[in-house]
Amino acid sequence: MNTQTRTEHRIRYGMVMDTRKCVGCNACVLACKNENGTPHGFTRDWITTTTRGRFPKLSMEIRSERCNHCENAPCVTVCPTGASHITDTGIVLVDHDKCTGCKACIAACPYDARFIHPAGYADKCTFCNHRVEQGLDPACVSVCPTESLHFGDLNDPDSEVSRLVAENEFKVLHPEAGTRPKLFFLV
Amino acid sequence: MPVSRRNFIKITSATFGAAMGAGLTTRGWSRAPQPDPETGTDGDRVVPSFCELCFWKCGIQAHVKDGRLTKIEGNPHHPLSRGHLCPRGTGGAGLLYDPDRLRQPLIRTGTRGAEEFKPVSWEDALDEVADKLTRIREQYGPEALALFSHGYGASWFKTLMHAYGTPNLTHPSYAQCRGSRQTAFELTFGAGVGSPEATDIEHARVLTLIGSHLGENMHNTQVQDFARAIERGADLVVVDPRFSVAASKARYWLPIRPGTDIALLLAWMHVIVEEKLYDRDYIEQYAVGFDELKAHLADKTPQWAYAATSIDPDTIVETARFIAGGRPASLVHPGRRTSWTGDDTQRGRAIAILNALLGSWGRRGGILRPASYPLAKVPIPPFEHHETRPPADMPKGVIYPFASSPLSHGIRDASIPGTADYDIKAWMLYGTNLLQSLPQQDRTIEALQNLEFIVAIDVLPTDTVGWADVVLPEATYLERYDDLHAPAWHDPYVAIRQPVVDPMYDSKPGWWIAKELAKRMGYGQYFPFEDIEEYLAERAERSGIDLMELSKKGAITASEPTPVTFEEGVEPSFPTPSGRIELYSQQMADAGLPPLPDYTPPEEPAADQFHLLFGRAPTLSFARTANNRLLGEILDDNPVWIHTRRAAELGLKDGDKVDLINQDGVREGPATVNVTERIRPDCVYIVHGFGQKAKGLHFARNRGISDTRLITKTRIDPVMGGTGLNVNFVRIEKAVS
Repeated sequence: MNTQTRTEHRIRYGMVMDTRKCVGCNACVLACKNENGTPHGFTRDWITTTTRGRFPKLSMEIRSERCNHCENAPCVTVCPTGASHITDTGIVLVDHDKCTGCKACIAACPYDARFIHPAGYADKCTFCNHRVEQGLDPACVSVCPTESLHFGDLNDPDSEVSRLVAENEFKVLHPEAGTRPKLFFLV
Repeated sequence: MPVSRRNFIKITSATFGAAMGAGLTTRGWSRAPQPDPETGTDGDRVVPSFCELCFWKCGIQAHVKDGRLTKIEGNPHHPLSRGHLCPRGTGGAGLLYDPDRLRQPLIRTGTRGAEEFKPVSWEDALDEVADKLTRIREQYGPEALALFSHGYGASWFKTLMHAYGTPNLTHPSYAQCRGSRQTAFELTFGAGVGSPEATDIEHARVLTLIGSHLGENMHNTQVQDFARAIERGADLVVVDPRFSVAASKARYWLPIRPGTDIALLLAWMHVIVEEKLYDRDYIEQYAVGFDELKAHLADKTPQWAYAATSIDPDTIVETARFIAGGRPASLVHPGRRTSWTGDDTQRGRAIAILNALLGSWGRRGGILRPASYPLAKVPIPPFEHHETRPPADMPKGVIYPFASSPLSHGIRDASIPGTADYDIKAWMLYGTNLLQSLPQQDRTIEALQNLEFIVAIDVLPTDTVGWADVVLPEATYLERYDDLHAPAWHDPYVAIRQPVVDPMYDSKPGWWIAKELAKRMGYGQYFPFEDIEEYLAERAERSGIDLMELSKKGAITASEPTPVTFEEGVEPSFPTPSGRIELYSQQMADAGLPPLPDYTPPEEPAADQFHLLFGRAPTLSFARTANNRLLGEILDDNPVWIHTRRAAELGLKDGDKVDLINQDGVREGPATVNVTERIRPDCVYIVHGFGQKAKGLHFARNRGISDTRLITKTRIDPVMGGTGLNVNFVRIEKAVS
């Protein structure tokens, strides 16, 4: 995309995931696999369940996780070929042709969001950039029966994601890594 | 535990390596060659239809590219999906492209159950079935044939059975599943809660779940409403021996001793009645038997219930007040599979009566009274009147007075000669895997061995299909038309199922199979159409439906909003004998049954035993989806949940392999151990649907264990004949194999 045309407003895509509503059904995972043709045995998003306490005093958090599309993305910094890059809308992508499959990005990612596609390149969530460009939500957001996933422009204060982050208690994963992730979890 | 991408592969697809070794991934079930991930998978055609991965029947939009299904999305025009889907519906391609699908008609060559068949032409297969069924009818009468069915495509075979003249049409979804709930609500309100259930979860202020594990039990609209209720600030009371996903979102989780729910429900009602927290106007206006109920509840104190349930009395009082505080938008969910302990209709009655006290029936946030989209029928000649005997679903001399649908296990038993008033001699199986759905598998096998003829219509070579004499391969829901669908729902709608792709292999749609059999057996007049499109066009025209629009959108919703509550104008009518809500059931008293729910203490496991509990995972439907390799990437095993302390006592750790041995010495294994705090120490839990044995299910075979094989004991519900399944106990030993 051409940054020159976006003088007034620069889009910064991010995602909000509501752990309070998510039931961990994995529809997001299957929709992603269908949408992106992810090979058998690999996945770009996944469910994490964390249980705390002892019976019967228990609590549980369910998260749908994926690439955090960090603003300070270590995978981009370490990439020796420039294959890993950040688009002007803030989406972290991998240029398959430039990727040599060296795995430096996999080692650098604190979220373990990447894998080597059998075709030889590093692969991960693209926020369904091809759908976003058509004005659609990412496949995981679209399928979600509990509407726990929200996608939009964090630079637009009126967007749903901005509103949710402004109005709710949230957390990010591995804040200590200093990656400035753009996947926010409502808790 | 930190989750790693590489671990994901190891954990959730533990047998992936083995599958590779067996060559499964090279058999072309998945899309090959892999599309470029950046090009997307939008179809050049998008076909709306409705799902059949479970019975909820959500609207789908199926994308087709170069003649191949690429993805399935939720249909925004369909009120059950509202643009979203559950994981099973999303994974429908795993059924369509299952390499193990039945490909051509088969006739048995080996001994029955040996799963040895030869492929034959449709002509030969249909002639054989028509000939055998006609002979059975001539020799034993039409009652000697039974149809066991599951799924929407069964409608065509039901027509065939009515023409044939048998009353033995049955589906395990009654006696093995939701039957007791249905009968309990019919006895109390004069009507059931329907399917899909007409609960208004979205608007409930308090939602109480008695063993229902919404979220794991993944019925799309219901879970959507559940999430919306959470968002609106609704509070949950969850009664479950296991810390379910729903329990994790609850204000109150009551980890009850299994089988004692009636005691808790009676104690709750004791508090609500004693403290006058119930809806007095509603009860006075609509109900009968309040005085009898009040007297019955007098000694059902929280202290009394504590001994039974292990829930402390203060918590019982507090939750009772909390539940009453939300009325009338306080919904005590009726449940779905309620075949637990044989007193299930009584528990269902207690739930129904509690809902009546809360005034939630016919109210927003409670149980709605929806209508169906009006559909006209395509006229067929009246079925010939046969002097047939009643269904053979009850043992000799036994009556379950309020059974409202033939009992599947009873018809199974009647297929063992001399058990019932007459013998069943032949089965038609449509989409139902009885070896995995009926308890007491040895009896099912004995019946299968004794029958004179078995025909199975199915998509996959399941355990039960392996016992058939003739196998007819049906096209999947993605390859066929079915009848129009218009269940009662908040927004009345009509939906169409239409083929997304052409039938693969030599499979045929159910309507065609039924019509061809009817033609051969002399019942052709009951299928008065050349093909299904002609039938659908006529039905749509008679119903005033624009078929073009329906086919384009997949579903049409009634234009005017329809009232669903008493406040909105639904007539409060209760088609019981008294015409009112029957808190006290005179008709039960007349039948010699307790007219008010009584608590009977369940049997307790021995010190080294556990209650065997089972339930659902979001990616599984019954025993139907375990061979779906797409869904199998999420879950391909059913580890046995065991509490940390009991596991330590047995020297077990996560991932160990164990056998489960039930009270009758039946050993099932090996199972993988899941050590967890999320369950009572006296229970173990597994997900239902694994442990299949069919040779032809190359993916599902021997993955996980089957609860069905461990259910050698049932307790029969005296009200409606359902099978209580949660009455089996198991010991755990290190696996022998």
